[in-house]
Amino acid sequence: MRWLVALALLLALSAPALAVRPDEMLADPALEARAREISEGLRCLVCQNQSIDDSEADLARDLRLIVRERLTAGDTDDQVRAFLVARYGEYVLLNPVLAPHTILLWIAGPVVLAGGALVVLIAARRKRKVATGVSELTAQEAEALKELEDK
Amino acid sequence: MSIELGHFALILAFAIAAVSAVMGLIFWKRDAFAGYLQQGALLQFLLVAAAFGALIQAFVTSDFSLKLAYEHSHSLQPLIYKITAVWGNHEGSMVLWVLILVIMGAAVAAFGRNLPKDLLTLVLAMQSLLAAAFLGFTLFTSNPFLRLVPAPYEGMDLNPILQDIGLAVHPPLLYTGYVGFSICFSFAIAALISGKIDAAWARWVRPWTLVSWCFLTLGIAMGSYWAYYELGWGGWWFWDPVENASFMPWLAGTALLHSALVMEKRNALKIWTIFLSIITFSLSLLGTFMVRSGVLTSVHTFASDPTRGMVILALLAAFIGGAFSLFAFRASSLKVGGLFAPISREGALILNNLFLASATAAVLVGTLYPLLLDALVGETISVGAPFFDLTFGAIMVPLLIVLPFGPFLSWKRGDLIAVTQRLAGAAGLTLFATILCFALTGASVSLAPLGLLLGFWVSFGALAELIDRAKFFRTDVVTSFRRLFGLPRTAWATAIAHFGLGITVIGIVAGSAWQEELVTTIEPGQMATIAGHELIFQGIKHEEGPNYTSDAGEFFVRAPGGDVRTAVAERRIYVASGTPTTEASIQTYGFSQLYIQLGEPQADGKSVIRVWYKPYVTLIWLGCLVMAGAGFLSLSYRRLRIGAPKPARAHGVPAE
Repeated sequence: MRWLVALALLLALSAPALAVRPDEMLADPALEARAREISEGLRCLVCQNQSIDDSEADLARDLRLIVRERLTAGDTDDQVRAFLVARYGEYVLLNPVLAPHTILLWIAGPVVLAGGALVVLIAARRKRKVATGVSELTAQEAEALKELEDK
Repeated sequence: MSIELGHFALILAFAIAAVSAVMGLIFWKRDAFAGYLQQGALLQFLLVAAAFGALIQAFVTSDFSLKLAYEHSHSLQPLIYKITAVWGNHEGSMVLWVLILVIMGAAVAAFGRNLPKDLLTLVLAMQSLLAAAFLGFTLFTSNPFLRLVPAPYEGMDLNPILQDIGLAVHPPLLYTGYVGFSICFSFAIAALISGKIDAAWARWVRPWTLVSWCFLTLGIAMGSYWAYYELGWGGWWFWDPVENASFMPWLAGTALLHSALVMEKRNALKIWTIFLSIITFSLSLLGTFMVRSGVLTSVHTFASDPTRGMVILALLAAFIGGAFSLFAFRASSLKVGGLFAPISREGALILNNLFLASATAAVLVGTLYPLLLDALVGETISVGAPFFDLTFGAIMVPLLIVLPFGPFLSWKRGDLIAVTQRLAGAAGLTLFATILCFALTGASVSLAPLGLLLGFWVSFGALAELIDRAKFFRTDVVTSFRRLFGLPRTAWATAIAHFGLGITVIGIVAGSAWQEELVTTIEPGQMATIAGHELIFQGIKHEEGPNYTSDAGEFFVRAPGGDVRTAVAERRIYVASGTPTTEASIQTYGFSQLYIQLGEPQADGKSVIRVWYKPYVTLIWLGCLVMAGAGFLSLSYRRLRIGAPKPARAHGVPAE
């Protein structure tokens, strides 16, 4: 495992050429724009959290060329992504798909927000029912606070 | 010799920390122990500082008999990088981490004379426990003081990416932020053990929260700017797990800052504030674990060693698990206090906490999910920038919308309609500025108007609060100015910090919505144009640096205003390691930047260049500086410092 990490690091560091190169670009600007957009969502598999659009590694270049090849062949954006997923697995997608194994990932934020809001509402309602007219600071606490302020 | 002294000092610090922790936790009810623990904390600080000094000395004098110096330094490195190389590696950075931890402990010992003795003892005992755990980890699994016999003649050089002024600034700032939250953690544990928690407790904790938050803000901003100019692909935030590791404590710390305010002023949200104190430091520890254990690979990891990972994981489980068990066991014994209507300052701050906590959760799940899925199910997925932009953004938008209302609402019961009326001016100005920006640039990017609207709304809303409190337009100008400067510093700090946040949002939106990019091949004498800037390529010069050789591509850059500069973008090869790096040339025009990166020379003598024009991109980091500055301003307010004499109230303005 460690040699793999070392290899990945080496690959990532050994070729600081530019990411997208002029000679890779497609002549058709609309197609090229689509290629760029797709590239930004694809992971360079040997790098640290870089999209193939940003990466200088040779593998990223290969992937960029594949994307452009597929687009020129008339694939839709989704078909291009599907092709790469079939080849390299879901790991290649920087934006995870919505599927049973990722459902928890996608709903975690909203669920916490909704759950939190519910707890706050319940707590607020209960507090209003239980206690009315309770002083905020007890006399003792207020005195302690005042003493600190006056020091 | 000094290396062995340093080693010995570190071992002694470990022993003192362990004894302090045990004694403090057993005898916290006896007043006499506060004094012992204070001395213990100061001693730990002196000893770890001595150990750190010994490491610095070995690196500066290029003593390669020290294994660490051999592996991470080189005699040709400039002095500053010899010093920063001390923490540009796993072992050394652990010592820096512990050094900051014991500095914090010593600061509590030195400034905490006004604390009740039992609280002081418990806090110092918890700090010592943390120090002992991490000193033990350093000594037993990552000892920085190992020697090499025979000593090599030359070192292996610091990772070239780390040979940058950023390494001198970023880790110390970030660690101060991370580790500063340990004080809040220790205070929370002390409160849970002693069962005493009140508004005064919140007042003691707040300066520490503020200090940590300010440093963390600066550390993250610095790290982001460093990545921006050094990694060379023009991005400034990648939602990389190590970035998230520092961002989560920041989010939780921001929530803590606000909830502690409610607790201090209104004695409410006690249990939640304690919970947040524990969470914030737990996230700092989690960050340390993720970065140091090698579960993630990045420039931050330095070296991965499974043993270290397991030990840190065990420490993490012990501290976080212990803290939450204690919380679950004791939290119910804390009294709930402070009543308020839903529409009130308290209500607004709860809303703030709700959104910040959800955002933290979203980032946490996004960061850990791929690791857990891989470990449990064996499926590998990536969770990258598009996911975080969507989920984090969706939670942040409502927060930014309601943010300006908060400071306007009064405590206990607020009047939303009145506040809306008072914010109408800011809303109008926001709309006007946004429309103006779009009319001027003619851009039509889908989400940009909304983002810009939010940025202006937060900025103007923050200023509106100051203007409103000074009663501008409702009384004569002189009185208004007198009121404005008589406002308590905390009011200023709130407004300035929120203003800074708005600035950052504007920078983020403008920088990404109107960015222009140019990728092309160019030969000497040829011109390229981007966003009205003309770049004339002058050719490549070969240069020799102190420990690298460089191919420097020179450009004459003419800005639309007529300003002409020479820009040099480099490709370097570091001699010792043979590692290549690129050094982008960044030209700043006002708040905007031109970012020039040089590619490999091609066979035909031409060079590939990639150029970005990033309008208002510097606002991102300036906003962070403003936020941190506001934090320090608030910190300078004397009423926050317990024991300081009360300042004279200026001009009868009611202090908050």
